[in-house]
Amino acid sequence: MAAGWFGRRSKAKAMESVPEGIATKCGGCGEIVFAKDLDRNMQVCLKCGHHHRLSARARLAITVDEESFVEFDLDLAPGDPLTFPDYLAKQSAAEARSGLRDAMVTGVATIDGLPVSIGVADFAFMGGSMGSVVGEKVARAMERGVEKRLPVVIFSASGGARMQEGLVALMQMAKTSAAVARLQAAGLPFISVLTDPTTGGVFASYASLGDLILSEPGAIVGFAGRRVGNQDLGTHLPANFQTSEFQLEHGMVDRIVPRKDMRPTLAYLLSFLSPEETHGR
Amino acid sequence: MAVSAFEFEKPIAELEELLGALRAPEKRAEAEAQGIDLDEAIATLEGQLRQAMRQVYGHLTPWEKTLMARHKDRPYSLDMIRLIFDDYMEISGDRLCANDEAIVAGFAHLAGMPLAVTGQQKGRDLKERQRRNFGSARAEGFRKALRVAQLAARFGKPVVSFVDTAGAAADLRAEQHGVSEAIARNLAAFSVLPVPTVAVVIGEGGSGGAIALGVADRVLMLEHAIYSVIAPEGCAAILWHDKAKAAEAADALRLTAQSALDLGLIDEVVCEPLGGAHRDPAAAAAAVREALERHLAEISAMDRQELLDRRYRRLRSFGVFGAVAPGGDASAEGE
Repeated sequence: MAAGWFGRRSKAKAMESVPEGIATKCGGCGEIVFAKDLDRNMQVCLKCGHHHRLSARARLAITVDEESFVEFDLDLAPGDPLTFPDYLAKQSAAEARSGLRDAMVTGVATIDGLPVSIGVADFAFMGGSMGSVVGEKVARAMERGVEKRLPVVIFSASGGARMQEGLVALMQMAKTSAAVARLQAAGLPFISVLTDPTTGGVFASYASLGDLILSEPGAIVGFAGRRVGNQDLGTHLPANFQTSEFQLEHGMVDRIVPRKDMRPTLAYLLSFLSPEETHGR
Repeated sequence: MAVSAFEFEKPIAELEELLGALRAPEKRAEAEAQGIDLDEAIATLEGQLRQAMRQVYGHLTPWEKTLMARHKDRPYSLDMIRLIFDDYMEISGDRLCANDEAIVAGFAHLAGMPLAVTGQQKGRDLKERQRRNFGSARAEGFRKALRVAQLAARFGKPVVSFVDTAGAAADLRAEQHGVSEAIARNLAAFSVLPVPTVAVVIGEGGSGGAIALGVADRVLMLEHAIYSVIAPEGCAAILWHDKAKAAEAADALRLTAQSALDLGLIDEVVCEPLGGAHRDPAAAAAAVREALERHLAEISAMDRQELLDRRYRRLRSFGVFGAVAPGGDASAEGE
């Protein structure tokens, strides 16, 4: 179906189902771009600069020093606290799609030689939504920071709290935020990186608590995900509503950082916020 | 009768109507003329009514509880504050740009004990509802709540929060002023607030806007209150593309106080008067007051560091997941 192929949602699906595709249509400019060109350019369109989503593994590969990443908690797998309709089937499908047990990969690594406790969300697993496993991994990443005296960096990409875990998912907002509070009380920094999309319960919890908050250009960043909105959002919405640029304009984001600059930017900030150089402690 | 308006309250409404008619003065003369014992008839009907009410209200479905939690006559935060505390002095503003009336905050005494109080306030009539944005706070409201809580903490006073909101505001201004940051800030700050804290979900516990006032040492819920990650209508729209399936979604979300207790996410379900808090707000408030006094006495007696450690351990314990050995089977893991 041509219409489906060129539609926004179907296009993303088509890309994922044809990973060895030779060319794809850019979600930003609509031009046909070669997959090889995208691969060479960190999945950023050479024509318009549109930042395509990255898997957690691909993100780690372009962010941390080669072979420095040691994964933790990779045994954690989701439960089904509410016995919610179709949740187990959705988990299996998401695992097959993403190759992950849940939507967050965490561990320790170095960035330009600087050690960090790092977490990276993967939107391909149920829209990166935060259930018990994501909440637990984020909390443990913060606690690992305290334990090992490491700064924490988390890349978020999430539609929000995971509906299928109900109130248990909502509580992950409190759990992760409390863990950030403990990290910061211990004198350690948290750098939060918002990638497309970061919305709902993730943006309204740990992701907004970074000592520094960075975001990729053009990312959807906001409170009410556009799909959830059953509220009237008003008629005069600015064109950039709920984007990283909108959040920068309103003081919620420190810097918009293009993908190619993310690693050096993190390295610069980490050297500045290095806990070893903290005075008066 | 206006009190019993929902479909599931129909048998009760019918009995109430009948009783109301029999109690009319002119009916007494009529009954006497026909040699009918009116008092006996009324007593029988009253017995039937009590039985019907116990049957109906003791077995409400999650969706029926949602309707009860949103009942227009349900006691709101300011009603609870007025009925529970000896006095109340409201304070205003976030000291940044506005006074969000969707959240009220101030000082009060509970049986002589000074404390800070905050809560979402929905509003009774259309004018008040608009002024209070239907209890949906923006960043300014959450920041006001935090301001009063941190002020109380500086002077060692406990903090009581009443949760009653469909959710935080999601409009342009809310987004411009950082409603997400304000919710997140409250979650973090309340987790380390160095005084005893109790949160009571008295009506709707709607998502992020609710939990922004819901981090506490003790979390209580009224019997017919709800607490959910998403409104059942929104859940139904996402799952089945049909808002009309809200009742099924309410079941799936397990959003009742009883489920929250079973899941270990709250500490106590506070019983409401038969038929719901709106039928007897004073009795509902008395039950909340009793629970508040009891919990505050327990946590106020604790060492402060112990209190904070317990609060953190409690938050850390939330979550249901398994540990899978590489290539192995899932096994339950206790936190």
